[in-house]
Amino acid sequence: MSLDPRQSAQTLLSARKVTKTFGSLTALDAVDLDVTRGEVLCIIGPSGSGKSTLLRCLNQIERFDRGAIWIDEELVGYRQDGDTLYELDDRAIARQRLACGMVFQRFNLFNHMTALQNVMEGPVTVLKRPRQEVRQEAIALLQRVGLSDKHDAYPAQLSGGQQQRVAIARALAMKPKLMLFDEPTSALDPELVGEVLTVMRDLAASGMTMIVVTHELGFAREVADRVIFMDGGRIVETGAPDQVLGEPSEQRTRDFIAAVLS
Amino acid sequence: MTPAAGSEAYRTPVRPDPTAFTIMPRRHYGRWLATALILLAIGGIVRAFALGQIEWSVVGQFLTAPAILFGLVNTIIMAIAAMALGITLGVLFAVMVMSPNPVLHYSAKGYIWFFRGTPLILQLLLWFNLALVFPTLGIPGLFEFRTVDVITPFMATLLGLGINQGAYTAEVVRAGILSVDQGQTEAAQSIGMARPTIMRRIVLPQAMRVIIPPVGNEFISMVKLTSLASVIQFSEILRNAQTIYFANGRVIELLIVAAIWYIAVVSVMSFGQHFLERRFSRGQANRGRGQ
Repeated sequence: MSLDPRQSAQTLLSARKVTKTFGSLTALDAVDLDVTRGEVLCIIGPSGSGKSTLLRCLNQIERFDRGAIWIDEELVGYRQDGDTLYELDDRAIARQRLACGMVFQRFNLFNHMTALQNVMEGPVTVLKRPRQEVRQEAIALLQRVGLSDKHDAYPAQLSGGQQQRVAIARALAMKPKLMLFDEPTSALDPELVGEVLTVMRDLAASGMTMIVVTHELGFAREVADRVIFMDGGRIVETGAPDQVLGEPSEQRTRDFIAAVLS
Repeated sequence: MTPAAGSEAYRTPVRPDPTAFTIMPRRHYGRWLATALILLAIGGIVRAFALGQIEWSVVGQFLTAPAILFGLVNTIIMAIAAMALGITLGVLFAVMVMSPNPVLHYSAKGYIWFFRGTPLILQLLLWFNLALVFPTLGIPGLFEFRTVDVITPFMATLLGLGINQGAYTAEVVRAGILSVDQGQTEAAQSIGMARPTIMRRIVLPQAMRVIIPPVGNEFISMVKLTSLASVIQFSEILRNAQTIYFANGRVIELLIVAAIWYIAVVSVMSFGQHFLERRFSRGQANRGRGQ
């Protein structure tokens, strides 16, 4: 941890002392985090513990008040000149966001576009790539998430599980270095959770770096390389899944896991 | 209640066979009464017009008179041009009102405040008489025009109607933008879209569903508001009808001619609005009239 985060080739993401307050509430309290390439990291914790806020700060959907984040050796949100940081403008921030793909709890598919159009939108509009080429890739991506027969369906015509799988394909279409999942199965009917977790499991097996905020402890135990337990805006405990989920060393972690499993 | 275990066996009650019933539909006496009253009223109105001092042949004669058709074309062109200007300004000022930049926010608020706060006919008169305040327009040293050459009745009407419309449309557009879930913006950000692209590709197309019905309504209003320009000598249909009846004295006949054309134009537009609404409700579960 004493290593300068920008010097480790294996490190994809580093966060140092990331702090975020909403009024008098401290959502993130000096969070330090390192994620290596290819790692699958699951973040668990009670609601309001700051895990979603952390994810949203990584992708600059939320601004953080203090601290710094590096993704792939690039400082997030600022241009550095010596010890001075200059805030980036809207376009530069948009370009930085390309490093991360994000999957939301409420799917957030573009409602006025079909599944295929949702997946194609980013590469065509943002990356300005040729439509035909993008179309082939989008078709392949929808096949990968098991939705070959749903190209022309609008989000309103799809089940929650199908929508979330399109959302994963949409994020993958941008070829991100890192995938962020913000409680991807929390808004799903119980019988639809499995199909989304299957897609995520395949993605993890393909070597994608993933940060997953989740309440699915079974998934975390099976897929994660490392599990983090957060509470009150701090990282309380971090370690291998068997350790954090099986024999947690902190009382708060034990209480939380007992409450989730009961 | 099912009987408790151990008590005597539960017996299914005996009921008559429902297929043997005859069903008498409910009588809508109120509807019959309302129909009778309305038919009576319509009959009375038709009779009054048929017997009144109206030369229907004059109506027919002037319906396609060149001056009337010329006025009709002007009315349509003005309604479309003023509405285009109004929608452009409306989107611009709606985005400005929602901007975090306080200068943009308050200048847009001020625009809406001023143009919603004064009567349209007064604004038209102001534009038409602009030359009294500013004899010339332009940037000193670069180019200059005499105001009376630039602010023709057409220009005065276009500016008056369009800028006033923009103030109303801005509020409609703002409501439309607010109706789009914040998650849509976040998802668009997450695939690297910059703010203007998000507005153009993601938010506005979805806001259209909310914006189109009221804007369609305002477009219909606009067709009729062009008649106010008759006071500043823009030769739209009402002014041309007036010019004719000042000469021939057929006041009611020519007003009926104008009314027929207004109704015709508005009917065509209502039809067009229906198709636009269908186009922009793509991806939405069917909404609208209940069965």
